Amino acid sequence: MEALTTFAQLLASGLLTGLVFALVAVGLTLVYGVMDVVNFAHGEFLMLAMYAALGLALVGIGPLLGLPLVAIALFLFGIVVYRLFVRRLLAGPPEATVFGTFGLLVLLQGIAQAVFSSDFLSAPRPPFQGTIRFAGLAVSQATVVEGIGALLLTAGLYAFVEYTETGRAMRAVAEDRIAATLMGIDVQRINGLAFGMGAACVGAAGALLMLSYPVYPTAGASFALTAFVVVALGGFGSIQGALVGALLVGMLEVFGGYYLSPELKMVPVFLAYLVVVLLRPQGLLGRR
Amino acid sequence: MPVRRRCLALAAALAVSAIPFGRTQAADQPVIVIGSILPLTGASAQTGAGLRAAQQLAADLVNGHVSYPLPMVGKNGLPHLHARIKLVFADSQGKPDQARAAAEQLITQEHAVALIGCYISSTTATASQVAERYGIPFLNPDSSAPGLTARGLKWFFRSTPSDATFAENFYQFFADLKRTKKVDVKKVAILGEDGLFGTGASDAEEDIGKHRGYDIVTRIAYPATTTEVNAEVQKVKSAAPDVIMMASYLPDALLYMRGFKDQNVQPKAIMAQDAGFIDPGFIKAEGADAEGIFTREVFSLAIKHRNQAVPLIDQLFRQRFGDKSLDGNTARDFMGVLVLADAIDRAGSTKPDAIRTALAATNIPGNLTLMPWKSIKFDAQGQNEGGAGIIEQIQGGKYETVWPFDIATKASIWPMPAWKR
Repeated sequence: MEALTTFAQLLASGLLTGLVFALVAVGLTLVYGVMDVVNFAHGEFLMLAMYAALGLALVGIGPLLGLPLVAIALFLFGIVVYRLFVRRLLAGPPEATVFGTFGLLVLLQGIAQAVFSSDFLSAPRPPFQGTIRFAGLAVSQATVVEGIGALLLTAGLYAFVEYTETGRAMRAVAEDRIAATLMGIDVQRINGLAFGMGAACVGAAGALLMLSYPVYPTAGASFALTAFVVVALGGFGSIQGALVGALLVGMLEVFGGYYLSPELKMVPVFLAYLVVVLLRPQGLLGRR
Repeated sequence: MPVRRRCLALAAALAVSAIPFGRTQAADQPVIVIGSILPLTGASAQTGAGLRAAQQLAADLVNGHVSYPLPMVGKNGLPHLHARIKLVFADSQGKPDQARAAAEQLITQEHAVALIGCYISSTTATASQVAERYGIPFLNPDSSAPGLTARGLKWFFRSTPSDATFAENFYQFFADLKRTKKVDVKKVAILGEDGLFGTGASDAEEDIGKHRGYDIVTRIAYPATTTEVNAEVQKVKSAAPDVIMMASYLPDALLYMRGFKDQNVQPKAIMAQDAGFIDPGFIKAEGADAEGIFTREVFSLAIKHRNQAVPLIDQLFRQRFGDKSLDGNTARDFMGVLVLADAIDRAGSTKPDAIRTALAATNIPGNLTLMPWKSIKFDAQGQNEGGAGIIEQIQGGKYETVWPFDIATKASIWPMPAWKR
């Protein structure tokens, strides 16, 4: 009986952990899907969003109210970064975006270090700090709120890309850039929009993560690493794939950590990744 | 007592004003150079600046004439040598190779008779190898990696206790509690981040615990950058320990705290190896749930109950260093300079061999230090065998010293209160 409760608890924890991973991964996969760019500074965007959310919390604007504000701020920041920087990288060889966004990662971490110092900062008295108990299981409220956020964000993004005019244009650009241009789609505008939306997603994620994590200059890096695995597993560019990949990674980590050994909890995750890359290089739900 | 305290404060104020005077008066004395290697730039620059100020304060007090209950202070320099000491600082940038170059430079160009430093364990390791090669005594007052004194070096001495001592202190604390409060601890869970710090601390906790007959029910290493600790918390829950020992930084410490509360993991005590648990963010984030957490510390102003010099040196230090109080690092570096000055004076010579022999014969009683130590006395490996830490407990939102009992500011609360939420 106790073993069963533990199993159910791990299942609940794994699913929720996976949703938190999905929260960070959707923005990354959107940018890749439209522009074929892996934004290595994705984690640093998250870190900036967390600082922004912290700033709002300090003037009394809580994470849920602050979420749209942070998302809008990051959207604008994403567009600026695209215009000034990424657009130029796209004109160069493919590896330019790799090195360019990696350079952006170093730059943003350095600026954060200089401006905010390397101290760990938490939001003052964030809401949702309790525990939800149900049938012998326990999950923290903050994680549940983050999980719901992840589901809404993924669903919203999916609906946008599938059913709106701009979303269709994005898919067209993703499929064939030249053909899209010939059809009268402004590729630069779509790219900028996609990059901005990717940043907005990570902005929303940052606001929610302030419920349960402190922020510091390298706070985004640990999330970004998992996000890259999630996106590669689920399929680069696939929004549903990011969700599936994230849930898989969350479950494997939690179950592997308990039944194998906590030290080996990443082993099943990377094994699954290897198997998928060997058998389905495009990822579980990836196209091509 | 108040009158006496005022007198001491006056003495402290006098000491500050007297330092420049002492210096001009003694200008004709020969100067003995001690080389100091510290991280003066780079990520640890802030800490380095404090250590430099503390060491310089110690040297100035050695060269001055106001005495305190501390060794070698207030004798206008080193009486046996009729000389003053001078610290020459070199920057390690927090990097092992830079520390090596700094040691080389201090020995060959500045003709330092002894070296002191370097705070970051990896830089202490390389700089002390250079000193070993040249046959120059090296005093390390501030690096706690246990392995540093296990290298078989002849010229290396460490005045600070290592992480192994702090682990030992936890078990001594349990033994003292058993004696005084009939508290019985049997099952211990050990959690540590998987870097040098966590691994070293966990190793010591496990070895000493097993040796003393405790049941180590689980030991978990995890990466400090982790974003979730669900499996780890379940493991600890299944092991049902009396006590959880933790070596964690802040983000991971907060993840575990949340996990313990969610999963109702309620040990009798959580014993932390400082780090995340003494970060100012810890109490701020945990609020009432931080109550009752134990953490080890190397220093506390409460040591004034043993040595009345503590608040006076603290006052002098604050005057020099932007009103920042003396802490574990700066107090240890301050003491380091005195240990060296004491050895050089007893050696009566600046010959490295003589200084090494004198260092090896060091015997400073604990109540003449700023530290909670029993004494400063080096064993065959150069480790101060009289070192000890203190244990603090968060009570009423503050860190209160609860062990050793003679400097305690509050009695310990055992078991820790139940989680508030």
